[in-house]
Amino acid sequence: MVSFGGWDMPLEYAGIVAEHMAVRTAAGLFDVSHMGQIEIAGRDALAAVQRISCNDASRLAVGQAQYSGLLTPEGTFIDDLLVYRFAPAHFLLVVNASHIPKDYAWIADQIKPAGDAVAVDASSRYALLAVQGPAALATLQSLTGVDLAGIKYYWFAHGEIAGVRVTISRTGYTGEDGFEIFIPPQSADRVWQAILSAGQAAVIPCGLGARDTLRLEAAMRLHGNDIDETTSVLEADLGWKVGWKKDDFNGAAALREQKAHGVSRKLVGFEMVERGIARPGYTVHVGDPAVPGCRVTSGTQTPYLKKAIGMAYLPAECAPPGTEFTVDIRGRRTRAQVVAMPFYKRAR
Amino acid sequence: MSYPGGYKYTKDHEWVDVSGDRGKVGITDYAQQQLGDVVYIELPEVGTTLKQGQSFGTIESVKAVSELYAPVGGEVVEVNGALKQKPEAVNTDPHGSWMIVVKLANSGEASALLDASQYQELVKS
Repeated sequence: MVSFGGWDMPLEYAGIVAEHMAVRTAAGLFDVSHMGQIEIAGRDALAAVQRISCNDASRLAVGQAQYSGLLTPEGTFIDDLLVYRFAPAHFLLVVNASHIPKDYAWIADQIKPAGDAVAVDASSRYALLAVQGPAALATLQSLTGVDLAGIKYYWFAHGEIAGVRVTISRTGYTGEDGFEIFIPPQSADRVWQAILSAGQAAVIPCGLGARDTLRLEAAMRLHGNDIDETTSVLEADLGWKVGWKKDDFNGAAALREQKAHGVSRKLVGFEMVERGIARPGYTVHVGDPAVPGCRVTSGTQTPYLKKAIGMAYLPAECAPPGTEFTVDIRGRRTRAQVVAMPFYKRAR
Repeated sequence: MSYPGGYKYTKDHEWVDVSGDRGKVGITDYAQQQLGDVVYIELPEVGTTLKQGQSFGTIESVKAVSELYAPVGGEVVEVNGALKQKPEAVNTDPHGSWMIVVKLANSGEASALLDASQYQELVKS
């Protein structure tokens, strides 16, 4: 067990590699109830969400979700999140566990000028389980009358699983097909047990360790590692998650400036050319000196691809795939090469 | 998993299997359990001279990096190159997966280490 965002959470059950492989080849079940939920509702809820979230929430139909960021005026990440449209004027934001109080205070303050909209920290009302992997759909389908195949990627539906009223979202943090299920906390254990027994050997419990290696193979950013209050949306190469056509939102001016003039560093994916595993915080070198403001942000030996991969900030001119650089691995300059992300993409 | 009675153990969770003036060195079952899935092992060159307690390499699991410490001093006379290709053998057979063979500089160093029952006591708590 490890302490994570104020929660005691399992790092692994059967082992990171076994859990990682189960998600790529069958299915894994994650308890991600630590994630925070903030609801925004009221006649002007859309305007409130549009102000605090960088993606364009007006493009969400009821029943649809999108990835987005809560940004500083500099266009950097206070947090990243998913925005769900529950009703025309009712949104659910799913934020990182360690930032719930900070995000909530900030959101409540920011939406005041938006008019008739109120934010509620609803984190304690939801447990969240994720079933991920090619066997997720069939396993979950055996427990619900909701037509799961009819839920498109990044859409959701309300219904029952194992007799418990839940919200089922076709989302995840693994690069596989799968579902995230919002459950009243008192019934979470029942749903967890039902999924494991319905899945038989095909579904195994997975911990934080596999969650991290899976999301890295899928090149999904982790707030606190790859993105934070010092890195902008464009530096993190997430410009496609910005609603550029919106009038105004936090960080808009800074991002438009960066879009017009370019950024000096970019988040890239890399593979090690020489043997070695680059870990977060290691310095990166282009030529001899360490590049200021650039570093490895995530890195591991990935169980499925069986390669040492990672993400790092590099000078923008070094971002094209194929560019070589070195990582200082405990005093030894070790060669690495920029590669296109994601590292892993499932067959569809 | 039981700890072989003929081996000697360190508090840093290495073992040494001494035969004559040679000692085979590896890490214990307890160490591999703590590390989790081992994916990378960096070992020294043959000919390297080690002092007792000196780092002779690194071992990495998916989740962490750890130093390897020499349980005995002496010259490295053999390196198990096969482990580079198959580092997961340390998880499946920790007490059979030797990493280096050291020509002992001082036989007294090994005899002062923990025996199997003392080591088992150490990792029990």
